[in-house]
Amino acid sequence: MKDALRRMIRANKLSLISMIVIFLLILCSILAPWLTPYGEADMDLMHRLSPPSAEHLLGTDEAGRDVLTRLLYGSRVSLMVGIVPTLLSMVIGAVLGVLAGYLGGIVDSVIMRLADIVLAFPSMLLAMVIMYTLGDGLFNVFLTLTLMNWGTVARIARAETLKLKTVDYVEAARSIGTSKWRIIRKHILPNCLPMLIVLFTLNVPSAILTESALSFLGLGIQPPSASWGLMVNTGRQYLFNAPWLSFAPSGAIMLAVLSFNFLGDGLRDALDPRLRRR
Amino acid sequence: MDEKLLVIEELCVDFPTEKGTIRPVNRVSLEIRKGAITGLVGESGCGKSMTARAVMNLIKKPGKMTSGRILLEGRDLGQMAAKERRMLQGKEISMIFQDPMSSLNPVMKVGKQVDEVIRLHERVDAGEAKRKTLEMFEAVGIPDPERRYDAYPHQLSGGLRQRVMIAMAMICRPKLLIADEPTTALDVTVEAQILDLMEKLREGGTSILLISHNLGVIARMCDDVYVMYAGKIVEHADVEPIFENPVHPYTKGLLRAVTSLREEEQTLETIPGNVPQLDELPTGCRFSNRCAFAGERCRTEEPVLQESGGHACACFMRI
Repeated sequence: MKDALRRMIRANKLSLISMIVIFLLILCSILAPWLTPYGEADMDLMHRLSPPSAEHLLGTDEAGRDVLTRLLYGSRVSLMVGIVPTLLSMVIGAVLGVLAGYLGGIVDSVIMRLADIVLAFPSMLLAMVIMYTLGDGLFNVFLTLTLMNWGTVARIARAETLKLKTVDYVEAARSIGTSKWRIIRKHILPNCLPMLIVLFTLNVPSAILTESALSFLGLGIQPPSASWGLMVNTGRQYLFNAPWLSFAPSGAIMLAVLSFNFLGDGLRDALDPRLRRR
Repeated sequence: MDEKLLVIEELCVDFPTEKGTIRPVNRVSLEIRKGAITGLVGESGCGKSMTARAVMNLIKKPGKMTSGRILLEGRDLGQMAAKERRMLQGKEISMIFQDPMSSLNPVMKVGKQVDEVIRLHERVDAGEAKRKTLEMFEAVGIPDPERRYDAYPHQLSGGLRQRVMIAMAMICRPKLLIADEPTTALDVTVEAQILDLMEKLREGGTSILLISHNLGVIARMCDDVYVMYAGKIVEHADVEPIFENPVHPYTKGLLRAVTSLREEEQTLETIPGNVPQLDELPTGCRFSNRCAFAGERCRTEEPVLQESGGHACACFMRI
């Protein structure tokens, strides 16, 4: 793993920068209370919608709260929502998809019909049903996003497995008596990994955006807590007289999303020995 | 020397297709003696590889072995529990494949892939496995084994990869090695080295089933030869009688279709026609529609393999 990182950094400078950016974003979200003199929900109604200044580097919002402060606190929610449920859905989806593809038969049918149900159900409706029944809160947002996303991952992992299943080296492994679990662990999963990493980097941003949609509908994070998606949505109403309200969190989302994408590219190259240069 | 290691009796492999069931391997019987190299020759699609796959339990669905027995030292492989058979493969029988380019996992170091086989079949720790792997690499003529151990397949040449495959197949010292066109994907100099290596393995006591359509390779390597045509064995004898005194018209045709450096320039003879599709076989002898000697009986009745003096042949014209 250390090797892989070193190779990635050497081969791809952009991925190094991305890694630093992501690291800084995570650091800022942890250190938020010490980085800003204001509280997350401190209102100052005398200075509503004031433009960026020395006191408020990114201006204030419609309730006079410091935008930079809310951005820092919001990154806690947004980064967690981007990473945790995506990771969960990747693991669940990959395992189920590979099992379905490799074992076939009834296992395949059951898993894939479940995935079809998840995929066929309008995702927002599904999210609303879950959030209404379980109530809002961060944990339930995680649960919802995981349930929404595993189906796609499973489908892709299954397709990849079907392809790998008939590859010569898997047959060779079978011919020397390797058990199916070992084949899945040693041959199928590692060869699915590059594809899964790319999928991960594509799913992180979409999770961040889905959370913002849920928050917009009042089902996700509840004000006065902040998340980037929520901030973009509230800023929308003041787009012309206070553009910084939505521009700041949009910029943050873009930064995070791009960083994850570049990091994903670098990681994929580093983990795939065929693309390695010696 | 005459002890039989592997006996295949009346093996049939069936594949259901839209037009009906086809039978790429039809009542094939063959025997491999201990310490011998047995050849299996025939044109592409005649069922050579399918026979080997049946032994390794690698027939792709929806194909199925429908009848016959495969016996390794008297033990019926078809009657074995799945786990027992799996443990036998790689340890007592192993196979090397045609294409060394795609037979190794691209994301795993080749040394680790060989380690896998040992650790699957023997109780050894990682250090011991590595030591054995390096020993085997040395034995199959991989130069600088320490460095190759940590290489990925794409960093090795075709010849080296095939050596790794052979190391993988040989690491548990199997009794039987099935080599399915082991040198077809390699160039001629590398081919010679790999064949030398296989001869060395035989001297070490391993029996080899060598599948090839290259008659030169067969003539050089084998003790006895089976000739297969459209799913059936048509001729079997020791290597000399097959090459010097072939009986079946198909074998004769195959031998005539080999280029020779010594002879004066002449048009290369070929067997007229193509291998019949398995769902449109001619009635009677399968070869009758391409055979110059075919008579009335050949088109109505199917000849069976008959032995006389150690030379078996399925042809009416012989008698």
